[in-house]
Amino acid sequence: MRQLIDLFVSFFKIGLFTFGGGYAMLPMLQREIVEKHKWATEDDVLDYYAIGQCTPGIIAVNTATFVGVKLAGALGGAVSTVAVVSPSLIIITIISTILRNFAEYAVVQHAFAGIRVAVAALVVVSVAKLFKKGVKDVLGYVIFAVSLLLVFFLDVSPIWVVLAAIAIGVGKALKAGKGGEQA
Amino acid sequence: MIYLCLCWEFFKTGLFSIGGGLATLPFLSEMGSKFGWFTQEELANMLAVSESTPGPIGINMATYVGNTVGGVLGGVLATFALVLPSYLVILLVAKVMERFQNNRFVQSSMTTLRPASVGMVGAAILGVLQSVLVNMDAVRAMAWSQMLSWPNLVLFAILLALYAKFNKLHPVVILAIGAVVGIVCKL
Repeated sequence: MRQLIDLFVSFFKIGLFTFGGGYAMLPMLQREIVEKHKWATEDDVLDYYAIGQCTPGIIAVNTATFVGVKLAGALGGAVSTVAVVSPSLIIITIISTILRNFAEYAVVQHAFAGIRVAVAALVVVSVAKLFKKGVKDVLGYVIFAVSLLLVFFLDVSPIWVVLAAIAIGVGKALKAGKGGEQA
Repeated sequence: MIYLCLCWEFFKTGLFSIGGGLATLPFLSEMGSKFGWFTQEELANMLAVSESTPGPIGINMATYVGNTVGGVLGGVLATFALVLPSYLVILLVAKVMERFQNNRFVQSSMTTLRPASVGMVGAAILGVLQSVLVNMDAVRAMAWSQMLSWPNLVLFAILLALYAKFNKLHPVVILAIGAVVGIVCKL
């Protein structure tokens, strides 16, 4: 029981101090999990984090679930998952309620008109960073361009694009496997 | 039954968005246009609030969208529906961790999933850019000279240059500049 409470407190803190993307959580994760509670080694945490990137969902949540499951099974995973999303739930629920009440004011509307321009600039930089990290070879460029065109111009559901990308990946591995056996 | 629909949509989003918080953006954008729950502009507002408040951006967005569509309960349901697939998948993967991580199909799929994810996030961001920089009424009226919103374009270029140049600048600073300019210039 004590351990579950500790898990909840730690991941509540981690959720609270993760700003923006999941990458911001790593230092906090290391301090809480590795240094303070010694629930896992530094290498374990990096492994969980790496796997969190290739399983579905938000990376920060996946990593939290992973640590919880490894430490205290399915219940531990549930506790750490709920804990890591709780700060967002509380804060956003409050903010969105407040903002809705002020949405009619001209000042707020002008502010948000400017903020939308600013957030557009922010996400352009974010996607440029993602591009540099994730698109590396010719096949990558092709998949990037086709996915963008399909989703933007033809309104294809992202689900189909994800399934197609997985199929291409599996096909690539099968082909490489065959080539390896022949050689 | 809007709550059921919210849960189903966010469950799918959680199951199929792989690779970072922004990966949920194309799914949310699709939700907005499919159900008319929110406009592209409202999505950009939610994105700005989610970027500047504590918590992983993907979770903040889920809570915000859910709250906009179905109040407090909607926010809670959307958030838990989003993380449910993660939880189930990790329960399975934790048992076969090494085998999963070193599996050649998983590794190969990641090399094709990442560019697809970047492409889809790019598409969602084009939608945001369009809503911010392009005056759709003028496009429909074919008034070419008014097609672009010039004040927004200038502000966008300045903020983009600023953020690209000073990488250490906290995103909140950029958003705050945007808010001040918006109020002063009555954008």
